[in-house]
Amino acid sequence: MLSRRLKLLIGGLFALAAVVPLLRTEANQAVDYARDIQPILAGACYQCHGAGRVMGQLRLDDKQLAMKVIVPGKSGESRLLRRILGEGDEARMPLGGDPLTPEQIALVRAWIDQGATWPDGPAAAPAKLEKHWAFVAPTRPPLPQVKNKSWVRNPIDSFVLAKLEEKGLAPSPEAAKLTLLRRLSLDLTGLPPTLAEIDKFLADQRPDAYEKVVDRLLASPHYGERWGRHWLDVARYADTNGFEKDLARSIWPYRDWVIEALNRDLPFDQFATEQLAGDLLPGATLEQRIATGFLRNSMLNQEGGVDPEQFRVEGIIDRVDAVGKAFLGLTVACAQCHTHKFDPIPHREYYQFYAFLNSDDEPEVEVPGEEVTKKRAEIMAQVAKIEADLVASDPGLSGRMAAWEERARQEKQDWVVLEDATIFAAFGTKFDRLEDGSFMAKGDNSTGNNYVIKARTPLKNITGFRLELLTDPNLPRSGPGRSNEGGLFVSEFSVEAAPADKPEALEKVALGGVTADFSHPDFPVKNVIDGDLKTAWSIDAGPGRRNQDRKAVFATKTPVGFDGGTNLTLQVAQKQDTTISLQGGKPNIGRFRLSVTTTPSPLADPVPAAVRRVLAVPAASRTREQLHEVYLYYLTVDPQGAAALKAIDEVMKAWPYGPTTLALAPRPIPRETRLFKRGDWRKPAEAVEPGVPAALHPFPQDAPKNRLGLARWIVDPMNPLTPRVIVNRFWQQYFGQGLVTTPEDFGARCDRPSHPELLDWLATEFVRQKWSMKGMHRLIVTSAAYRQSSRVTPRLEEADPENRWLARAPRFRVEAEIIRDIALAAAGLLSPKIGGPSVYPAIPDGVLNLSYGAPMKWEASTGEDRYRRAMYTFWKRAVPYPSLLVFDAPNADFACARRIRSNTPLQALTTLNDKMFMEAAQGLALRAWKEGGIDDRSRMVYAFRLCTGRRPDAFELQHLMALLREQQIYFRGKTAEAVYVSAADMDDLPVGVDLHRIAPWAVVARALLNLDETMTKE
Amino acid sequence: MNYGDEIRREARKLVTRRHFFKDCGVGLGSVALASLLDGRLFAQGKTADPLAAKKPHFPAKAKRVIYLFQAGAPSQLDLFDYKPGLAKYNGKPVPESIAKEQMYAFIKPDAGLYATEFKFARHGKSGAELSDALPHLARVADDIAVVKSMVTDAINHAPGQIFMNTGSQQFGRPSLGAWVTYGLGSESQDLPGFVVLSSAGGTSGGASNWGCGFLPSVYQGVPFRRTGEPILSLSSPRGITRETQRRTLDTLKALNEHHQALTGDREIATRINAFEMAFRMQESAPELTDLTRESKETLELYGATPGKGSYANNCLLARRLVERGVRFVQLYHEAWDHHSEVVKGVRTQCKATDQASAALVQDLKQRGLLDDTLVIWGGEFGRTPMVESNPDADRSMGRDHHNKAFSMWLAGGGIKRGVTLGETDELGFTAAVDPVHVHDLHATVLHLLGFDHTKLTHRFQGRDFRLTDVHGEVVEKLLA
Repeated sequence: MLSRRLKLLIGGLFALAAVVPLLRTEANQAVDYARDIQPILAGACYQCHGAGRVMGQLRLDDKQLAMKVIVPGKSGESRLLRRILGEGDEARMPLGGDPLTPEQIALVRAWIDQGATWPDGPAAAPAKLEKHWAFVAPTRPPLPQVKNKSWVRNPIDSFVLAKLEEKGLAPSPEAAKLTLLRRLSLDLTGLPPTLAEIDKFLADQRPDAYEKVVDRLLASPHYGERWGRHWLDVARYADTNGFEKDLARSIWPYRDWVIEALNRDLPFDQFATEQLAGDLLPGATLEQRIATGFLRNSMLNQEGGVDPEQFRVEGIIDRVDAVGKAFLGLTVACAQCHTHKFDPIPHREYYQFYAFLNSDDEPEVEVPGEEVTKKRAEIMAQVAKIEADLVASDPGLSGRMAAWEERARQEKQDWVVLEDATIFAAFGTKFDRLEDGSFMAKGDNSTGNNYVIKARTPLKNITGFRLELLTDPNLPRSGPGRSNEGGLFVSEFSVEAAPADKPEALEKVALGGVTADFSHPDFPVKNVIDGDLKTAWSIDAGPGRRNQDRKAVFATKTPVGFDGGTNLTLQVAQKQDTTISLQGGKPNIGRFRLSVTTTPSPLADPVPAAVRRVLAVPAASRTREQLHEVYLYYLTVDPQGAAALKAIDEVMKAWPYGPTTLALAPRPIPRETRLFKRGDWRKPAEAVEPGVPAALHPFPQDAPKNRLGLARWIVDPMNPLTPRVIVNRFWQQYFGQGLVTTPEDFGARCDRPSHPELLDWLATEFVRQKWSMKGMHRLIVTSAAYRQSSRVTPRLEEADPENRWLARAPRFRVEAEIIRDIALAAAGLLSPKIGGPSVYPAIPDGVLNLSYGAPMKWEASTGEDRYRRAMYTFWKRAVPYPSLLVFDAPNADFACARRIRSNTPLQALTTLNDKMFMEAAQGLALRAWKEGGIDDRSRMVYAFRLCTGRRPDAFELQHLMALLREQQIYFRGKTAEAVYVSAADMDDLPVGVDLHRIAPWAVVARALLNLDETMTKE
Repeated sequence: MNYGDEIRREARKLVTRRHFFKDCGVGLGSVALASLLDGRLFAQGKTADPLAAKKPHFPAKAKRVIYLFQAGAPSQLDLFDYKPGLAKYNGKPVPESIAKEQMYAFIKPDAGLYATEFKFARHGKSGAELSDALPHLARVADDIAVVKSMVTDAINHAPGQIFMNTGSQQFGRPSLGAWVTYGLGSESQDLPGFVVLSSAGGTSGGASNWGCGFLPSVYQGVPFRRTGEPILSLSSPRGITRETQRRTLDTLKALNEHHQALTGDREIATRINAFEMAFRMQESAPELTDLTRESKETLELYGATPGKGSYANNCLLARRLVERGVRFVQLYHEAWDHHSEVVKGVRTQCKATDQASAALVQDLKQRGLLDDTLVIWGGEFGRTPMVESNPDADRSMGRDHHNKAFSMWLAGGGIKRGVTLGETDELGFTAAVDPVHVHDLHATVLHLLGFDHTKLTHRFQGRDFRLTDVHGEVVEKLLA
């Protein structure tokens, strides 16, 4: 029956729509260009065929040009009509836009058939196109007049109420006090209120009790977690690199920075600047460098055989996208391949924007933390004391050292870098060639590689080869290796040579000896020419002294080189030897350089490169660290140094390392950015300079053309987008949808704001309040609009089913993380600990098998970390944590400005049956039993309050008690079942309770945790 | 009057009255409307049953899909694409004119050519040319269409799989299965619309292979587990009996309905439905995955052994799933990345898969399901005509990744039977005749399911996205 009604209705609408234009455009009714046609063209066509942009060399705002597609009197032959009808093989116009209505099409047809009269004169001059509203800086609108003045608590309400009155709607009454407290707590901290907080608030009769709670919640450290998690959605925060290998990364210090910044209410302009360019701020602090992790959250492809440049480019494209969505509400990414179809972002300007983000090193920054810093200072003090004691006890030392330095400075070596060289490695590892002729390994980092370098040199009489292992900010702990600690080892080095004109006559070059500036005592450098792949050279100098440039020099037995040039094949083998477990991870070489010399009997310069660099500094102007660097090295060559060195080695063994985080640092030599034709990185075209879209506000004149300048441009008070975009996302979190419902897209195709003036007022207020985020939250939650009841009356359902006009508060399911937090909080299990490395709550067996290769190690956290807030769950991109993913947590592959909110059976299975949720039910049962009072009724009320905050009514109580009683009967004498249902851990049964009595409560608690109300913000 | 707004407003009312999808005899106009409305409504969680069956743009040949994804990229040169030219030049380096055009993951472009070591023969009335690694497929040669001229954009596994599934190398787009489920809903009331099965290793593309991108998450693939409960959290916790579960749900229902009366929020009814469907899923899934219910003949046909997480079991399970109305079943068998010893690798994997793949076609046919079930077999790209040998990586006599020519086969659901489409050049480097790009494959699959691939769209970030982006042409030569 209903289906018939619907068909009739839709049929009716179609018919109506078809009839109306016919009536209006009867042949005898003259169509007027200015009245009927120009508005249609302006609305649907000018955007791409107007003064701003001239797609396909067609302008429809210019009579002469427009006539290219119009044959007056013959609509059938006019291309204009064919295209808007979508006839023939070509796409319907407007491309990507809604089709013209039948009425509009009929008007155009009639106008052409009537001769397409396009009068010259004032009407002929196209009206100047108005700029899209979101690209014009907001001006502060006056507060609208409203009738029901007493309802208004703050300016937000004036705007909301004015719209309601315009629509003939009235606001809902204020929600119950308890509802408000739970709503506020969930919105501001993501946690349900405790029973004590509820009781206190209900008892507080002061007029500003509500505001006091708001202040308390905004001051809670959990506020930073709650709003930090929202920000992490657009920051696409994750704990792995993504793609096939999906290796773990350490960037949680960035997550903690976000939480901490929000808790201290870092003004948004500063919040944005530090994330975009914290490292470029004068005197940048470690925290400010950590903040640049925002940009580093891009995925990284380490699959074997990838071209690292392709995925580096994709990483930058992702950063452009994230900046666009997080700060500008612009889908900039659309202009990657072509000029943006709907927004004024030409292809070229995309790459200018990209250029801001395309010139950085990608270091891992160490975040030592208090403990490590303190311990290091202690160690350095001990070392200083050993050094001072030695100087005091050995008066000749300074003189010997000065003489050594004099000699050392005069040693000169002549090395020629093998510039004309190519490299090939096992496992598809690829290399960047750097400006100094060194190779930088990228992509696959499987253990046991072999680098094969083919080079050509004009030199003859080559007496030696030098392998330099070089540090680089882009390597773990600066390298020079690729293990987690920047370590490496070399198992064999070999050279073959052939005349350039006879390349097939390749012969092995006999090596006479090898020297290095450093070897681990157990892994001497001679191992690399012993013909045994199992023995190796290690440069691990121990804690605190790894991660230095090192070198080895190989002398040839007889000079090498042919007239007419020489082809060389050099192999640097790094075969895995299971007996070598130094430095963990995968010890392949990260960055290295090869050189040759003709100096007879070459030896490795024993002075390490770092020390050489200090020696170049005049003694008087050396820093403490530099003096120490030289001194420490000198002890290794001084005849009396051994004892002190041993003592220092002993002390240094305790050198601690802190965690690292991914950050940015500008490249010393900027990287050139080229436009990519059709977005294809293999098709670079002309070079572009950093720049911002011309359609937006101008780049600040005195700002540098780098990320810092970009940040200043973004937080410029002239910026029409950022303040609107940010307050709109705030609004979305509270009300379920933004004033603009497409928070990621404020471009020409976004939905019109429901309350344009309110949006502009909030945006200007945000700037006026010096970008205080807490200030905006306080403003929103203290409005009468926010404090309304969420009850959906039939009248509201009818009048405004989507609640766009806000005649009530929204009512919706909380986010994935909060579902879990509520359950654990109700059970009394939730850990309040803030920050730190991500944790590994139990994950169902087999889930990790879905990702490639051996499943990653997931040792379930124990103790407190088992029950941390869900936002600290280790986020593995290839296999996101199932019970969070199922509730629409974004998978962090790219920036997410708006979560989907679905309602599915798999969610029901999760909250009913997932182990963690069952543990929560068991916890809640035990808690109700122990704390809930002396009888079942009071326990039931207690458990119910822990889940929903309120007391059950008679109906609810009756049903729940009935369930309880049934279960009590069922579990009587069923010991095994009672144990299963009431306890998570067979080895750790709760003591002092009869599990036969707890089990029925676990069943009831499980029901309570699954109530719609428990997981809903009302 | 704005006609679009009017219709939207009316439809929205109907949808919120939760009759729109379920109760209306959906005609063409209303389907267009539904897809027009989907995005906004789902984003706000205001729909009755987004998985309710929907009709496509035009009458469809195929009603459901079983996609046998051979992850890792099988060697087309050792299975489908016989190249006598390679035998002629076996071991010789690639001519420079060809080499300079190529991009490879692991090998140098001048590596030696490598002729297949398998014997090829023609089979069936159609005379399809297959290697002797595929004796079972040979039996159904007249039921399938082999495409020897597939082309893709990616040469690395994760991007390649993501591209094959979503039409984009960048993560975050909806997969084919998600699009199909979005467009057609599901015929099943108690199973997910899009089910993912896997044997062998985990996939390079990870969960994004069956992700829903910006589509509502109800359309993402639900991975079934190989052992234990087939769906995550399907079983009630230990000690919770069916009776207890039912009573719990009854209590929940009573309390939720009670609360709905107070709050007026219709979303609560949707939640009640979700819990009820979860219960039905608990009831039906164990029966579904219990292969002991199949006859001995059927088990033998597939080579299936109940209880094992094998490819053969998954093929049989796929048939059981589509019989129960599941719209899209995707099997992953990640085991074809033969950088070394391609002969041994291909033989081993064919042993594991050939019989069951062929059995699926045969079984669907004998049950009358093949006509409207589309079966797709293929990997994310192909393998090189050159050999991969690299002692440093312990690799010898393998083949590297190759994107410019590879083979797939399709069957049923409106696919022409017993044809071989496309040809590669003399040495198998490029698709020379009738190239079929991944976008074309997608367009064809959607066509068979009754969709104009340019019109199955979803508005996101101000743009109407589609599976085929701005590309794709239906491969008419494959249509029955």
